[in-house]
Amino acid sequence: MAQDVISSVELQGKKDSAVFKRRRWPSRSSLRENVTAYLFALPWLLNLLLLIAYPVGAAIYYSFTEYSILQPPRWVGLQNYRDMFVEDPLFWTALYNTCYYAVFAVPLGLIISLWLALLLNQHIPGIGFFRSTFFLPSIVPVVAASVVWAWILNPEFGLINDLLGRVGLYRPPWLTSEHWSKPAFIIMSLWGIGPTTIIFLAGLQDIPQHLYEAAEIDGANPLQKLWSVTLPLLTPTIFFNLVVGLINAFQIFTQVYIISEGGPLWSTLFYVYYLWQHGFRFFKMGYASALALVLFVIIMILTSIVMISSKRWVYYEAEQR
Amino acid sequence: MIANRSLSRFGGLRFRRLFTKTIVFIILLITAVAFMLPLAWMISTSLKPKPQIFVYPLIWIPDPPVWENYPKAFNNPSFHYLLFLGNSLYYAILSTIGIVLSCSLTAYAFARLRWWGREFWFLLTLATLMIPYPVTLIPQYLIFSQIGWVNSFKPLIVPNFMGTAFFIFLLRQFFLTIPMDLSDAARIDGASDWQIYWRIILPLAKPALVTVALFTFLYCWNDFLGPLIYLTDGNKYTLAVGLAAFRGQYRTQWDLMMAASTIVTAPVVVLFFFTQKQFIEGITLTGMKG
Repeated sequence: MAQDVISSVELQGKKDSAVFKRRRWPSRSSLRENVTAYLFALPWLLNLLLLIAYPVGAAIYYSFTEYSILQPPRWVGLQNYRDMFVEDPLFWTALYNTCYYAVFAVPLGLIISLWLALLLNQHIPGIGFFRSTFFLPSIVPVVAASVVWAWILNPEFGLINDLLGRVGLYRPPWLTSEHWSKPAFIIMSLWGIGPTTIIFLAGLQDIPQHLYEAAEIDGANPLQKLWSVTLPLLTPTIFFNLVVGLINAFQIFTQVYIISEGGPLWSTLFYVYYLWQHGFRFFKMGYASALALVLFVIIMILTSIVMISSKRWVYYEAEQR
Repeated sequence: MIANRSLSRFGGLRFRRLFTKTIVFIILLITAVAFMLPLAWMISTSLKPKPQIFVYPLIWIPDPPVWENYPKAFNNPSFHYLLFLGNSLYYAILSTIGIVLSCSLTAYAFARLRWWGREFWFLLTLATLMIPYPVTLIPQYLIFSQIGWVNSFKPLIVPNFMGTAFFIFLLRQFFLTIPMDLSDAARIDGASDWQIYWRIILPLAKPALVTVALFTFLYCWNDFLGPLIYLTDGNKYTLAVGLAAFRGQYRTQWDLMMAASTIVTAPVVVLFFFTQKQFIEGITLTGMKG
């Protein structure tokens, strides 16, 4: 998303600068336009300054302090960061758990939703019904979905283990075991892939039909068509879903709060939940701010890696012209 | 002879296509059923008499169905459904109005007016898309607690009257597609920017505005962290926080929990039922490269 956004901004910027080139000093009418524009944008500009720019600065400052709300912040330098990296094993647990979750949940979600979208794209009757059905779970309030899944994953009487038992498979202890709790969260995340599926489907429908016809004339079989036509042309959509999926996976919170509270044995202690604990349970605002900034850096690094690598694997049709 | 063979080959192809389609249809049907199972299981459990809940293998159809969990959840002293419903509606509706107004106003300025600093502010707007919410969470909380807004809906609603980056971007892209000639013609007729915005742009941008409104409403309805942090009083809870607190109290009473989850989920399912087309178009719109 971000890259698309930025590239379209650049384009827009180029267009605009051409328009603006000969402008020097605002005339009276453009002065009025300026005032009008600032009035129109005023609420957002205030938001930008007061509720985004200032808080980011404040978070950086707080991350160097010890701050419990009750007392004013006390400067401690790099102490919070040192604690985090050296003294606090739970930070590493939370980071590991979150990475584990993202590494499995994001690719699995992408693969399954892409597969569903490919199936939906076969001119099947009832496509509207299927689309709505796949989409519906993602609008169920996360709190309600989490409560339901806690019950579905019940090792003895839950739905999943009942189904597994019926086909004679192993019935994992899921949320009660530190080895199965993360897989349980990953399975749960797959219930919400509807929007991703629909975005993939839209991407598939954008692929020009004549390319398939050309491939057919060249004697391509369906698998070759998928590999050489569909997937390359879908890479921008895959890229978008990958970035959004990664960012979302790193910010999982509600499910943890409702279902596991980080347990058992901190096996589902995910990053934002850990951050929330420090900020709003222990009121260690300084440490929580440091955690937030480290998360910011991690997400930035990850999205940059994806974006840099995207030059190798994302295919933009426009570039070829 | 040749014609005959090619005809039969054609028939074979058609048969093969039909066969593939049937297989695909069946796979999709199975997947669709799998997607609906959790909700079916939720409703089934909510209607079960106690002894049929903790059994293996499980029972799908409660015999006889018991409805008492619904009044029990509905009238529970720690789960004021109607109150929470009202709070959720209050939060979601006001926020939706705020977001639609503020984002469309800002998008109008970005898309249809020339002003000093526009590029700078727009880049800054896009840059904020990269900031994960936990970064601003704590300082925002401290700001709102200093001005005494904690334990009210103000910290949840007021920022929505100040816009949000993604929807501003979305609406700006949409406004850019509306021909400038329309604005120019109106301006020659003496219309002010406010009139152009209100009478020309907003009506033309209806599909995009509906998308923004729906997603904002849904976001607020499902929002958990915001209400969790800012609403401390039990009678200010939204459905999401109320359900979480309820679960804290009746952790293992699954029939009651499922009934409560059902009545929390029902309103959005009804909303979705009537607006699914807009939802799905909206998702496509947000997923598309601007």
